[in-house]
Amino acid sequence: MKTKAKFTVGVAIIVVSLVALAVLGARDSKTYYHTIAELPTLQGTALHQRIRVGGTVQSGSIERAQGRIDFTLLGEGKSLKVSYVGTDPLPDTFKDDSQALVEGHTTPNGRFVAEKVQAKCASKYEATPGQSAPKGSDYSNKKS
Amino acid sequence: MDLFGSFALLLAFVCALYAIGAGIVAIRTRNPLLIKSARQSGLAVCGLVMAASASLAYLFFTDNFSSAYVAAHSNRDLPPFYKIAAFWSGQEGSLLFWSLLLSVYVFSVLFAYRAKHPELMPYVGVVLAGVQLFFLTLNNFVANPFQILGAASPGGAMQYTRLADGAGLNPLLQYPEMVIHPPNLYSGYTGFTIPFAFALAALLARYPGEKWIHLTRKWTMIAWAFQSAGILLGAHWAYAVLGWGGYWAWDPVENASLMPWLTGTAFLHSVMMQEKRGMMKVWNVWLVFSTFLLCILGTFLTRSGVVSSVHAFAQSSIGPWFVGFIIVVLTVCTWAFLMNRDYLRSNNHLDSMVSRESSFLFNNLILLVACVAVLSGTLFPVLSEWIEGTKISVGPPFFNRVNIPIGLFLLFLTGVGPLLAWRKTSLESLKRNFGGPLVCALAAGLLAFPLGLRDFYPLVCLILCVFVTVTILLEFFRGARVIRARTGSDILSAAGQLTLRNTRRYGGYVVHFGMVLIFIGLMGAAFNRDKQMEMALGSALDIGPYRLILQSFDTRPEKNYTAERAILEVMEDNRQIMMLFPERRFFQANQESGTMVAIHSTLKQDLYVVYAGRTQDKQTPVIHAYLNPLVKWIWLGGAIVVLGTILALLPSRQAVLALRPAARVVPAAVTPQTVMTGVSNYEGHD
Repeated sequence: MKTKAKFTVGVAIIVVSLVALAVLGARDSKTYYHTIAELPTLQGTALHQRIRVGGTVQSGSIERAQGRIDFTLLGEGKSLKVSYVGTDPLPDTFKDDSQALVEGHTTPNGRFVAEKVQAKCASKYEATPGQSAPKGSDYSNKKS
Repeated sequence: MDLFGSFALLLAFVCALYAIGAGIVAIRTRNPLLIKSARQSGLAVCGLVMAASASLAYLFFTDNFSSAYVAAHSNRDLPPFYKIAAFWSGQEGSLLFWSLLLSVYVFSVLFAYRAKHPELMPYVGVVLAGVQLFFLTLNNFVANPFQILGAASPGGAMQYTRLADGAGLNPLLQYPEMVIHPPNLYSGYTGFTIPFAFALAALLARYPGEKWIHLTRKWTMIAWAFQSAGILLGAHWAYAVLGWGGYWAWDPVENASLMPWLTGTAFLHSVMMQEKRGMMKVWNVWLVFSTFLLCILGTFLTRSGVVSSVHAFAQSSIGPWFVGFIIVVLTVCTWAFLMNRDYLRSNNHLDSMVSRESSFLFNNLILLVACVAVLSGTLFPVLSEWIEGTKISVGPPFFNRVNIPIGLFLLFLTGVGPLLAWRKTSLESLKRNFGGPLVCALAAGLLAFPLGLRDFYPLVCLILCVFVTVTILLEFFRGARVIRARTGSDILSAAGQLTLRNTRRYGGYVVHFGMVLIFIGLMGAAFNRDKQMEMALGSALDIGPYRLILQSFDTRPEKNYTAERAILEVMEDNRQIMMLFPERRFFQANQESGTMVAIHSTLKQDLYVVYAGRTQDKQTPVIHAYLNPLVKWIWLGGAIVVLGTILALLPSRQAVLALRPAARVVPAAVTPQTVMTGVSNYEGHD
């Protein structure tokens, strides 16, 4: 039984340290989902969290400026001004009327600063194509 | 053809239903005729699904745009090559493709064992038909690929509508990998159904011994090789097409393919414990159950939109079907396990911490933890919504934090495990086996440190890679030396002979070596660099040893798209080495654009150049260049992993020993492990 005890200790050490790493990793990269309508109601610590918002890109709102790209997201009858400041080029699927997910932070003036943008073309391809095919639509995300 | 396909599918459904019904009755009554009839019905499913698939392919190749599926996923100008990819580019087609591959596996199994294992096969047939029935239900009644576009005529009767042209294939899928990656990954997913069916059948039939493991070893390895190749091809596709400079983003779809691979890998290792020592029986059964469930879960995750990635937008009606199926499978498995758990009692116990057994246990534990981590990270939004009420997702930092140490620990076990003896390893043999590799590895680390490799993980990775490589080479060398002493052949051909004599063992080493190469490639990601620049004609972008000079840019119309491309001269040390042509393609059929990355790949590093478009004001092209070290090693390692698996699937050539009776094994020159494997050299085919 001594072996078994040793083994149990070994297992415990491994599992505990990995769980600790997982918790640390989760804390670093936690992103909260909100809708456009919810954003103005956020208070306190929620304002400093990493936030993910989805919406439709307003037609004609995309403006490329030096070092950032501005656009407006629409959803639930509200709109949200977004500045994309990430370094990666925007996905090919990102254009007027496409659906986009942006990740970043709110700012006091109400503008959303995104470091990451994912986009999916609105309707061309029905929902999710195949297991691998979906990559077509799913993978248009960019690394942050 | 759409009618033909529909009927073939429907008939396949009926046959699968019959195979289950007749199979269950046959098991009860042991009526040989009924057993035969159930089996033949199972075989027939394959022919019917093939006929249905052929007719869908026919619809694609004849540009039949009255078929809803073809109209949505193809167009006239789509090259024939990509019409193949269009087959599985949508939900209906990819589910039919699932059924097709599964039915080919089922046919092979039923046919290969038609006259064998009469106690077991009827059960296997029923389980397989059950899985087929689920997918055929989806094919027939939920996501039928043969729906036609129709409209009511003024008289009220339905009429065919034929569109002039289809909507076209998603540009991202118009890439050669999309023709070979999905079949590979799907063959992996579906292939795990076979070991699952045998495990469940053996449990239900209380089939004695470890027979089911020998029977399924081949099938598991085939599925595993396909899955490995599929994952890497997908990564390569993401790398070459998406233009963000990486190959893995911990996207739910990627995770979905990785999870069954992790448990499948664990299973391939832990079955050896059961074969050789009669241990871990419960564990193995549940591992194979989980692997199969993860395959189904993976399909479900990407289909249902339950996990928010870009899928958050894509809701589809198919989700509940998968949830239902998973619940049914889980219930059946749990019930079968509870009813027959006494049959899974272990014969042996763990003897020592430093033994092959414990290395397998740790290997399994760690793979499983990795799988749980990936699973919980993928499902984090769902879980957090249940628990906290808010949707929270976790990103790559979470996955990397957990999985990098896990990967390195696995790499360590890869080197250590195969050389530990069963039961207990003596200090003496530890010294003999690991002294050399350890010295080499530490020397490599000491050498790399002053050369600039200072980060902790890459350094550890390098040390472990050297360690594992040396242990593998030593294994080949030791074995080959024995053969050389006997046959007088040179060391390389002796190593070849050695491999063919025990393909399972040495094929395994080759797979391990392939994994080492993959780790080297992954390690390179720690040193990635990138740079984005608006480039005027003639201007230069410097990255690493390279200088990119924009020569010109043009627009070029092609049959299916218009390409906008930059023409870049690449200089290295003031020498022109090549031209690169990154493109953006604009597809007329669906008004979408796609990126074609230009990559200059060497063993040392990839120069990866993206044409990111033009600035709005001045129309100057924007070029984004990445320098990704060692990426090529990943693809190279992947090829070696698949090669090693094929090698391990070959039957060992034991006859050579018999031909040379004078060449007796010299015990002193053989490590204890060789004796061990030599004695219990199961090949798993019969």
